[in-house]
Amino acid sequence: MGSTLSDRDYVPDRVSQSVKIVVLGSFGVGKTTYVRAVSEIRSMHTEEAMTQAGEAIDDLSGVRDKTTTTVTMDFGRLTLTTDLVLYLFGAPGQDRFLPMVTQLMDGALGALVLVDTRRLDQSFTSIDLVERAGLPYAIAVNTFPDAPTYADTEIRDSLTMENSTPLVRIDARVRDSAKRALIALISNMLGRPHLETAP
Amino acid sequence: MSRGRQRTGMVRSYTPTGGVARPTRRTLDDATLLMVDEEKELRGLEPEPYRVMELCRPGRLSLAEVSYHLHLPRTVTTVIVAHLVDSGHLIARAPVPAASVHDTALLERILDGLHAL
Ligand SMILES: Nc1nc2c(ncn2[C@@H]2O[C@H](COP(=O)(O)OP(=O)(O)OP(=O)(O)O)[C@@H](O)[C@H]2O)c(=O)[nH]1
Ligand SMILES: [Mg+2]
Repeated sequence: MGSTLSDRDYVPDRVSQSVKIVVLGSFGVGKTTYVRAVSEIRSMHTEEAMTQAGEAIDDLSGVRDKTTTTVTMDFGRLTLTTDLVLYLFGAPGQDRFLPMVTQLMDGALGALVLVDTRRLDQSFTSIDLVERAGLPYAIAVNTFPDAPTYADTEIRDSLTMENSTPLVRIDARVRDSAKRALIALISNMLGRPHLETAP
Repeated sequence: MSRGRQRTGMVRSYTPTGGVARPTRRTLDDATLLMVDEEKELRGLEPEPYRVMELCRPGRLSLAEVSYHLHLPRTVTTVIVAHLVDSGHLIARAPVPAASVHDTALLERILDGLHAL
């Protein structure tokens, strides 16, 4: 409850600006893990009632008889400077929540698309979404131990990536590693090269 | 049973009538920062908006954090917060979207912040 929050649950007082970055990717690719690893406070989540069609319900009257489902969205926070805070939102992976993901991307500064080399083809939905939303994005290959290893060019070809889109390899469980995806995204937005070498 | 307010009155009374959403409601983002106007009286607020104000009084939080800490669905929180912004109890700062990042200064600050973490 509100009264039991500690000081560090609040954003520092001088922070008056926020930015939002959305983390997308297929089911089970590591979005929750990513948000948890990078967040400065325990990761949090919001809940939303949805119709079967994936539309958010914001008018509780008149929807009670429709079949509804609850979707959970993870988010985390990073205080970047004395006046700026970054919020990271993990988009729900299933296709039926697409309308909600589209809404989530509205107002975002950029996006990260996590991919798993065992299931590269499942990344297309997320990539299409961020491209259609016109969001700057970076691709982060989440490295699972039993996943096949591909050269960057092979991944770029499979995903039909533009050369200008950053591609990084991360371990979503490790903060410093995960952070590199954000650095690549912002560097790229600044028009800087993001030098990354394959492991 | 009382014929007064329904149990769902909290939500219903903040649901815009006539299908026209309040302007603030559409501009409230999950990452919108909320700040309390200390001058505003809390007296007369209904329980849910009152809880939101109590939660926000000690410091700044985003809309998503308010939802999380009060265990309210995001959409319900949005409706309550929109009402509190319209009444001047809360001040809302929307996140900076990609489309408005023309100056590189903000991106530089983000990058420096990330490197420093
Ligand atoms: N080895 C390894 N395992 C990981 C990594 N990231 C996530 N996992 C594991 O993969 C599983 C799925 O990760 P989640 O973070 O729940 O994936 P998600 O994208 O949030 O999944 P949904 O929300 O269900 O779509 C978990 O068991 C994680 O522990 C990684 O970088 N390396
Ligand atoms: Mg998840």
